[in-house]
Parts: sequence; structure tokens; C-alpha cells
Amino acid sequence: MSAGIDLKGSFIDSLSDLGLPPGAATALWIPLPITLMILSATVGLLVTVWLERKVSAAAQQRIGPEYAGPLGVLQPVADGLKLVFKESITPAKTDPWLFTLGPILVVIPVFLSFLIVPFGQNLAITDLNVGIFLWISLSSIAPIGLLMSGYASNNKYSLLGGLRAAAQSISYEIPLALSVLAVVMMSNSLSTIDIVEQQAGYGILGWNVWRQPVGFIIFWIAALAECERLPFDLPEAEEELVAGYQTEYSGMKFGLFYIGSYVNLVLSALIVAIIYLGGWESPLPVGSLANWLGVSETSSWLQVIAASLGIVMTVLKAYLLVFIAVLLRWTVPRVRIDQLLNLGWKFLLPVSLVNLLLTAALKLAFPFAFGG
Amino acid sequence: MNLSEGVQIVSFVVLAALTLCAALGVVLLEEIVYSAFLLGAVFIGISGLFILLNADFVAAAQILIYVGAVNVLILFAIMLVNKREPFAPSRNLWIRRSATAVVCLGIFALLGTMVIATPWAIAPSPGPVDTVLKIGIHFFSDYLLPFELASVLLLMAMVGAIILARRDFIPEVTIPGATSEPLALPERPRELPSERVGS
Repeated sequence: MSAGIDLKGSFIDSLSDLGLPPGAATALWIPLPITLMILSATVGLLVTVWLERKVSAAAQQRIGPEYAGPLGVLQPVADGLKLVFKESITPAKTDPWLFTLGPILVVIPVFLSFLIVPFGQNLAITDLNVGIFLWISLSSIAPIGLLMSGYASNNKYSLLGGLRAAAQSISYEIPLALSVLAVVMMSNSLSTIDIVEQQAGYGILGWNVWRQPVGFIIFWIAALAECERLPFDLPEAEEELVAGYQTEYSGMKFGLFYIGSYVNLVLSALIVAIIYLGGWESPLPVGSLANWLGVSETSSWLQVIAASLGIVMTVLKAYLLVFIAVLLRWTVPRVRIDQLLNLGWKFLLPVSLVNLLLTAALKLAFPFAFGG
Repeated sequence: MNLSEGVQIVSFVVLAALTLCAALGVVLLEEIVYSAFLLGAVFIGISGLFILLNADFVAAAQILIYVGAVNVLILFAIMLVNKREPFAPSRNLWIRRSATAVVCLGIFALLGTMVIATPWAIAPSPGPVDTVLKIGIHFFSDYLLPFELASVLLLMAMVGAIILARRDFIPEVTIPGATSEPLALPERPRELPSERVGS
């Protein structure tokens, strides 16, 4: 693969040509991808909320939102505006500081994790060499925010919900990390960009999902549990705990939990797409197709097409997974807390350990197929 | 001083202030839950300092292990046993406090002299290197023994925890003379509807 499009380099060069010092040009560049990523995460959130409403309506043979914009696409915006304008109540006898800090601590790590999500060869905020590990460690901060809001609400349902959320998060972090480790072992790098590149070249046949079918399923289950989606939404099980840790929240503080959970779902789907479904790679390899048609790989229009195709592919795969998650939510029943912990510790953990060992053995036996 | 150096100095000052204030809060605050949450802030500040030292893997591991596991477990323990009761003021508290202060200042002086006396080999920053690879190589060559010892320690802790959790390995301790009361919730006993019908 060639170096591809270097947006950063050309931006800084064009500003330098205008007479700006290179330091200032770099400083002007830095906020651009960050703002873009936050905006796209927010748009992704709105789309997911709309998708959830529409798919749940279809699953229950209803129509769903219809009047706000064409097909109801403006409904999530209306929901968000409603939450913004609602009064933010801090109930008496709560701990006002922790009550406010809790939702913030839940949301920030999720948005921070978008640092490592690549949409193309050079279309990522950073290419850290701890990449995917950063996501795992950032997602381990969220339970502290949940515990904090559960404790600060001064309500037994909230406290129980917070404790359940933390227990669930700790239990499913381990199978999640172990199945990521198996992929990392094959790609010899923690960087998300390297993980995608290792799957490149053979189209759909090269994706990690064929080499790591067990890991893929474990990762998906654990990711659903980390997002607290049904069948694992124990922390907010309304029949048992009213609404879990969010019981006492209203207005934008509740909105932050809402944003956090949906953005986390989009983020998890993106990560699954990156590490198991080939990220920005199309099912048919663009590079070899171009060679076959006799188009040079370095021609600029081909690179622009390939880059846009990459973004479309990543988002398409992620939203396919989001669709599956939404469909799962409206079809399967909730598990009990003991079933949840048993599944995590007694089934997923041993299976993911075996998966890791098998991957190591296969890597030694067939270094050409499993990353030498 | 270019852009990156300025950013580094500012972030160092901010992180150091965050870490120190949070650490003071951990020690000085009365409410134990605040101390536990501030401990998380201390760990995050230290992880930021690791990032400034180009140790990205250690920084991420610091957050994962100390914030994500240790601090959450501490909070869990506090929240499950938190009885909000006023503690009786103990007598001669100042003796305990001054002894603690003396010991802490002594350790601080010792570490301070060590930091000043050691001739640090300050090399110019090598830039981003593959830290994971380097740590792995060190773990399996010159730091093999400490690494293995640490894993044996963790294994021992795990076996101990399992044995404590599975009570069938430990015989129940019975205190002679103590009558065993059945566990009861502190609620008014209610008679069941079936019993009322029977009587």
C-alpha cells in the first residue's frame, strides 16, 4: 500500500505557503480532527437513537416516530432538546458534588476512546502504539462514575444499580481483553491501524472473523455487556431496580447517561468492525481491483475514492452491528444477575483463555496464516 | 521554547498540582468515600505523568489496573459495608497524628535526598519507541525473576481468595457456649396469610 492521502501534511503546507510559521499551522490543525470526531460521534448517536426507535417499532409492528422530519429523523434532536430544557433537579440529601460528577465521568472516557478509531490509513486522530489497549483501560474508568452516581443519589435502587454495573463491567472486561489479546497476537501490534492492515489484501477472506470466530463471539457478548444493552442491562433493570443508577437523575444529567450509553454502543460496534471485520477494507480488495483494471495505485482520484469508500465501509459495518444489537434488545429476555456472573466467569473466561492458547499454537504452527 | 515544550511544562504543572491536591484530600478528608474517589484522581494524575515520560503502555496499564480494578474494588468494599455512624473521638489523638507526621516527613526527606544525590543519566528524549516490545524483552530477559515472582504472588492471592470464598474447605468455627441465632432481618415479623387461614 502506498502512503495514501496525507491531509495533515497538505493542510500544514498550504498554511505555511500563506506565510504562517509551521508551529502555528500545526496548532491550527490539532483541534480540527478532534472537533470532527466529536461531531461525527454526536451524529452517530442521533442516528443510533433514531434507528433504535424505528427498529423497535418494526419489531413490535408499530410505525414509530413519523412527524418530526421525513421518516421521523429529527425525533432524536427533539428528544435531546427536551432533555436540555428540562429542569435539572438535585434531590435533597444527595451529595451534590458526586451527583454532578458521576455522569461526567461516565461520558468523558467514551468520547476520549474515539482517539484510536481509524476510518482509513491516515484518517485517525492518532496512531498510538498502545491503541486498542487505551480503549480497554479507558472503558474501565466508567464504572467509577456509575458507582459515584449510584452512591451520591442516596437511594437504595441507585446504589444497587451502581454496584451491579461495576460488578458486570469488571467481570466482562477480562474476556474482552483476552479476546483482544488473541487478535493482537496475530497482528503483532496494539495499534488499531496495524490490526486493520494485517487483515488487508484478500478482501472479505482476510478478515479476522474467519481466523477468530470464537474470539469474535466472545468479544461481541462482552461488548454488549460493557454497554449494558439487553440481554445484559441488569444495572437498570426496571422491574427490579426502577432505573438503577439513573433513578434520581433528570434533565441533562440523565441526558449524559443516555449519550454515554449510545455513544458507547456505536464505539463498541466500530471497534468490533475494526478488529474483526477488516475496518475500512472493502469485501473486494480495492487495491488489487485497481491493478487488475490497470489503474495506478498512486493516482489521486483513485485515492480519494478509496478513502471515501473506506469511511463508508467502516460506518456500514458498525451500523450493521448496531442494528443487530438493537434487534437483540427487542427479541431476547434479560438474564438474571447470577446467570450473568456465571456466564462471565465460568464460561467466557475459560473459553477465551483456550482461544488465546489455540491462537498462540496456530501462530507457531502456521505462521503464514496467523501472523508470523 | 517551542510549542511542544510549552505544552509539556504546562501539563506537568497541572498534573502535579492535581496529583498533590488529590493526595492531600485522600489523607485529610473525613468522609472515607471522598478519599476513595480522590485516590482515583491521584492514579489518573500519575498516569498522566507517565505519558509525559513517553511511557504510554505503563500509563494505560496504570489506569486499567489501579483505577479500573483496585480503586473500584476499594469503592465496592466501602459501599457494601458503609455504616454512616459518627466515630467516637479517641483520646490522645495528637500523639498518633504527630507520630504519623514524623514518619512521613522522614520518608519524604529520605526520598528527597536520594533523588538529589543520585547522578541521573538524563538522555535526550529518544522520541516515540515501541514501548510494548521493550517491556516484553525486559520481562523475559533481565527482569525474569521479579516478573515470575509477581505472578506467583498473584496466584497465591487468587488461591487464597477462592478458598475463603468456598467455605466447604474451612470447617465452621463454633464458639462453645454461644447459642446460634438464626439470621433475621431487622423487621417486624409478619404472619403469612396461609397461617392465618389455618388458625
